[in-house]
Amino acid sequence: SKLSSVFSLSLSLYPVIELNHHVISVVPESGLLIILGFILGGIVWGADKAQTFKLLPPTFFYYLLPQIILDASYFMPNKLFFSNLGSILIYAIFGTCWNAATVGLSLWGCYEAGVMGNLDIGLLQFLLFGSLIAAVDPVAVIAVFEEVHVNEVLFILVFGESLLNDGVTVVLYNVFDAFVALGGPRIDAEEIFKGIFSFVVVAFGGSFLGVVFAVLLSLLTRCTKHIQIIEAGFVFVVGYLAYLTADMLSLSAILSVTFCGICCQKYVNANMDEKSVTTVRHAMKVLANGSETMIFVFLGITAIDTEIWVWNTGFILLTLLFVFIYRIIGVFLLTWMLNKFRLVPIEVIDQVVMSYGGLRGAVAYGLAAMLDKDKIPEKNLIISTTLIVVYFTVILQGITMKPLVQWLKVKRAAHADLKLIEKLNNRAFDHILSAVEDICGRIGDNWWTRGWNRFEENYISWLLMKPKARKNRDYLFSIFHKLNLEDAVNYVSEGERQGSLAFIRSDEVANVDFKKQFGSEFTDVMPDIMVDMSNYELGIENFSVTSIVKDTIPSVSLDIHGKDRKNVADDINAHHLLQQHLYRSRKNHRHKFSRSHFSINQSEDEVQEIFQRTMRSRLESFKSAKMGVNPAKKITKHHKKDLTHKVKDFHDASFTWIAQLYKGSVTIKMNPVFLPAMDSPTHSSLPWLMETDAVAPSQRAQWRLLWTPNRLRRLAPMRVSTCSTDSFLMADLEEHEEKPQTDHEEEIFQSGPPKKHSCRKFH
Amino acid sequence: MGSTNSTLLKIPNVEVLMQETGFSPAHIIRLHDRFKALDKEGRGHLCPHDFGAIKELAMNPIGDRIIGAFFSPGKETVDFHTFVKILAHFRPVDKDRPKEPNSPEPINSRSNKLKFAFQLYDQDKDGKISRDELLQVLRAMLGMQVTDEQLESIADRTIQEADLDRDDTISFEEFRKSLEKINIDHKMSIRFLR
Repeated sequence: SKLSSVFSLSLSLYPVIELNHHVISVVPESGLLIILGFILGGIVWGADKAQTFKLLPPTFFYYLLPQIILDASYFMPNKLFFSNLGSILIYAIFGTCWNAATVGLSLWGCYEAGVMGNLDIGLLQFLLFGSLIAAVDPVAVIAVFEEVHVNEVLFILVFGESLLNDGVTVVLYNVFDAFVALGGPRIDAEEIFKGIFSFVVVAFGGSFLGVVFAVLLSLLTRCTKHIQIIEAGFVFVVGYLAYLTADMLSLSAILSVTFCGICCQKYVNANMDEKSVTTVRHAMKVLANGSETMIFVFLGITAIDTEIWVWNTGFILLTLLFVFIYRIIGVFLLTWMLNKFRLVPIEVIDQVVMSYGGLRGAVAYGLAAMLDKDKIPEKNLIISTTLIVVYFTVILQGITMKPLVQWLKVKRAAHADLKLIEKLNNRAFDHILSAVEDICGRIGDNWWTRGWNRFEENYISWLLMKPKARKNRDYLFSIFHKLNLEDAVNYVSEGERQGSLAFIRSDEVANVDFKKQFGSEFTDVMPDIMVDMSNYELGIENFSVTSIVKDTIPSVSLDIHGKDRKNVADDINAHHLLQQHLYRSRKNHRHKFSRSHFSINQSEDEVQEIFQRTMRSRLESFKSAKMGVNPAKKITKHHKKDLTHKVKDFHDASFTWIAQLYKGSVTIKMNPVFLPAMDSPTHSSLPWLMETDAVAPSQRAQWRLLWTPNRLRRLAPMRVSTCSTDSFLMADLEEHEEKPQTDHEEEIFQSGPPKKHSCRKFH
Repeated sequence: MGSTNSTLLKIPNVEVLMQETGFSPAHIIRLHDRFKALDKEGRGHLCPHDFGAIKELAMNPIGDRIIGAFFSPGKETVDFHTFVKILAHFRPVDKDRPKEPNSPEPINSRSNKLKFAFQLYDQDKDGKISRDELLQVLRAMLGMQVTDEQLESIADRTIQEADLDRDDTISFEEFRKSLEKINIDHKMSIRFLR
């Protein structure tokens, strides 16, 4: 009940904080929550004269922490994580050990030197303290980095480190705890060896257990077709189960949940119904945000308690100093070593941010609170120091992190000062770079990753994903398929409406291109316009009557004068347009992990649009190559072909493109199928590589070619989706009495792992 | 080291290639690996549809143009040498390379990087970016919400800014001049090709 009352109190004050955006942008939310905790603690203290609201370690470790870690791992950008896993592990393991050892030893050294006065404490206890204060805290890191946008590699390094160092922390803590219990003299090589061994067991055992639960979860979601309403719950239940089981077996619980979330995301998201996926996402965020809020508030409340405070200036100040300095030294040392092996070295600026971002948080406090008072008489001093360190890092470092990052960044020319051509080129360069990176295979592409991808696709996905999900998992292909259908439907309906084929954007009624509408009416008067019109086919009915009536000759002259007046407005307009509508490059739409929102949706739409346009233009050029028609040099969406050609060609060309995109042993032969019959020498599929005076084979010949029985069998597996038996295809096919064998492909998908000879359509 | 040497030997004229491009043996091997992976049919050269098979390129607004840049006009295949030479444009500039007066400009010089970018705009290779070519690029890079008139006005203003000799086209010199302020080395370099 204490928990729930704090929860409701803090949540109700949450919106008040959110309202003041100015404050939030300076002080990170976590800092504000701690301060709120101080206030609340003060209130309770005032009422009870004792701190009745305490954050008990079990509460923290069993009720507040698991969901945060589950949230972090469920939304973890896997590709980024695994491609930097080596560096992350180095920081997590060696970095944490280094921090623990150096802080502990330095403090002990200072104690021996007498700086701290009289304390009942020994070397082992210092080392124990070092190990619990060494760990970078995931909760604090997420909270602070949320405000500060750093590049994705830096983010994943710090974040990944904070998640994975739990393995080390737990082991070190337990080892030194055991050593302290044993007493100094009994420690020998055997014990040390046991310590290292226990690290291996705890860390790898925990991770392995997480993977086991991830498999369990994926299998569960695979079978929940008929109970979709509760499948969202499984994610949380199994996730929590992973945590508890690991804890029960004395393995690293955080690592278990981390790997459970990381490994299951892909399969769970593919298997579950869309609504369940959304439910899970939102629920995760709610739980994680709630827990985080409570943790920070509690951290504040526990400060207002006279019982725990023991002040030893030397101890506390030295701890702060050492924690800070050794973090910096550790990061720079390890990075120097790592940069020798990394393809993309970590820059100095990033290292500075990484060191500064080594925040300690509630985990350290929890571990401190769990200490046994009998074995460690100075427990309260340790708790006090831990709290001070937490406050220092979260509040002070949190506040100064953003200004620091901004100060360190290379000053770029102010965006508004760039000319249009510079802006355009900046973006073009980003696109060029992404493209070349993709062509080079980027960093993570090598024999191992390709091998793993193949293995994963063939065996793991077969086991863990629903067959239907496997079919649709290729995101691009599903967009492409949608494109096919949509376009075919559009073409037909437009054609039916007008009797000719004019592809007109229906939302453009307001901005009528006056040239278009003039072409038909003023062909005599303005012959030069007629030249442009040759490629256009007009459906006059589509223009709003009023605009045609209004825009007679006077508006032509108006326009000319208008140009001068509008110069300035145009300029601003152009910049604004560029800013708004330039497609973002991969560098710009990063996959950001954020506590409070999913930033994915916007870029997905853009990506879809770009992909559709690319595919469309490839199809157009391919079609026109086949038909021997000049592609119009101007921007135009009007075509001279008639409807039936279009639909058929669309399907032909789409199969070719599917073949080209997803080559399998069968489909390689597809390409030449289209070529021999054509007299045109072009078989390249890019618009500017084509020669335009080709002789087009007769349409019947092409059609025949496509649908002969032999070829059909090779074709049938390509049409992956059962939905593609659209009416056009069926209607056209009836002429030739061939029906695509849709049942054939169903078999392929349901008969176990695909064998080599049946086409591997997806790569 | 033995295996890397033997791989290197399999590539014809690899010494010349390394000298021209400045790539280290390790990079050449990596790129060769990648070349072989792209060349799924093992023909020893790449065709446009090999590039087309790279899915991420379909999600790049100017992906197809960049693919086109690999193929010299009229040619439909890319061999390994051409592949590497084009990628060499994206090596970071070697800051400490001594400036020899007689040696040809390295492929990854600022000027050559700009030339590469210029070629992407100038499709008909007449040495000038015409208004139409600019319109095509703009159309590719802007969302569908932008109307044709808006597009044309942006193109007109862009040419106005850059066109110094008022011939309504942008020549390479004008292009280079307009991008003086931009750190080309940073924007057109891939770190892992160093």
